[in-house]
Amino acid sequence: MGKDILEITINLVKVAVIFLMMVQMVPLLVWLERRGSAFIQNRLGPNRVGPLGLMQLLADAVKFIFKEQFIPGNAVKFLFLAAPVIALVPAALAFAAIPLSTAISIDAFQAMGQTWGPYVINMQSVKMEVGIIYILAVSSLGAYGLLIAGWGSGNKYSLLGALRASAQMISYELALGLSIVGILMIYGTFDLNKMIDMQAGPLSFVFMGKEFIAPSFVPNWGIFFQPIGALLFFIAAFAESNRLPFDLPESEGELVAGFHTEYGGFKMLLFFMGEYGHMMVSSGLVAVFYLGGYDIPGVTPQMVNEFFTANVGGGTIASVLTSLIFLGCFVTKVAILLWIFIWVRWTLPRFRYDTLMDLGWRTLLPWTLGNAIITAIVLYFAKS
Amino acid sequence: MLDQLLPIIFLFIVVITFGAGMIALTQLAGFKAPKNSVKDMPYECGIPGQDPGTTKIPVKFYLTAISFILFDIEVVFLYPWTLIYMENIKAFGGYLLGAMGIFMCILIVGLIYELKAGALEWD
Repeated sequence: MGKDILEITINLVKVAVIFLMMVQMVPLLVWLERRGSAFIQNRLGPNRVGPLGLMQLLADAVKFIFKEQFIPGNAVKFLFLAAPVIALVPAALAFAAIPLSTAISIDAFQAMGQTWGPYVINMQSVKMEVGIIYILAVSSLGAYGLLIAGWGSGNKYSLLGALRASAQMISYELALGLSIVGILMIYGTFDLNKMIDMQAGPLSFVFMGKEFIAPSFVPNWGIFFQPIGALLFFIAAFAESNRLPFDLPESEGELVAGFHTEYGGFKMLLFFMGEYGHMMVSSGLVAVFYLGGYDIPGVTPQMVNEFFTANVGGGTIASVLTSLIFLGCFVTKVAILLWIFIWVRWTLPRFRYDTLMDLGWRTLLPWTLGNAIITAIVLYFAKS
Repeated sequence: MLDQLLPIIFLFIVVITFGAGMIALTQLAGFKAPKNSVKDMPYECGIPGQDPGTTKIPVKFYLTAISFILFDIEVVFLYPWTLIYMENIKAFGGYLLGAMGIFMCILIVGLIYELKAGALEWD
């Protein structure tokens, strides 16, 4: 946490700020989704409130707050009210462990008659050695929020939607968990920061005792070692965050709106935050595992730091600016992946429920198992 | 250990406070209209409700959940194995590969049996 009161305060404020950043991304993503879908379907989308319809977010927020908060007669009141919060918690907790940028080092300084620092502030809420285990453990709790919502609503469509959601989530969680076994073997660590460090520099690997090094513009990213694993992980991530083509829990034609049929106003927005939070966590994990995290091809943090030290100023300022540059890189990668989520939603039709379960158990599960086994055998021959 | 746990507990409290606070705020600020028996009915596209929300649940969901637990245990075993395998790949990698191979074979046979027996058929 920290060795004095200032560092502890900075760390706690950072935790809250990263959570609020995640929450603030949601209205922006909803706007992007509506404008993007309109763009794909040759429509205009929300364009009346403010420039490009950007003020639509504020109008929506006002409406969400002042809507009538309705609780149906059949509902279990406590569960009905608790479910949206429970749906938001796993996404927020999982997002906390994703490293967003390089650490900021603050030099020692004098204030209030004593010396503070030096400090090293990590650009992630909590830095842990078992990061990936923690993220998988926490994000799989997401099924509880949906189940409690379905049960608490006292509506049969909600209950059916929640059951489908939980069956789908647990089926695709196997594929999600197994698809990263290959990349974990290659990195040999559970620490997300160490994975990003390992992906720095040009593409290089040792095979049969010989070392290959690619030109410096080809990055050493995981996607070159595990292309099938990356694809399988991304597909399973779609199902985990209940996005089209896997949004069976809320298929309108059969189940009205699935588990959130009885929800409206801010309670539904909290479910949205959970769903978009899961999308952000999945995109962040794809970026960390397969796209080098905050790594920029051909540029190291030392180079950027030296550039700012020479041109702007050394010490704390250079460190903060470096961290911002790499944060921008990470956000760009996550934004591209989030756009793919939206793009796929308006490109592919929805699965039928039996084909969905078949895809999970008969296609993705054998493929992920095969990917893990082949990776283990190839690594055995490559390394020994 | 405590260093990593404290931010998580703090974040948990922040999220719960945010969610509960927003729900309480909207309960206070929201428009209020009188209730009546039609409004209280479960939403079913306008027709009168046929049965309560707590209906019978198809047994398929339980079967899926049981299969999930079996294979999830496998994933749980695979994760620590990957670390041990990569640390000791030069010394006794072949032994570790063989040991996990036998474990995987048993599970793959189980998966094939499960698929052939029709436990994962949805109709």
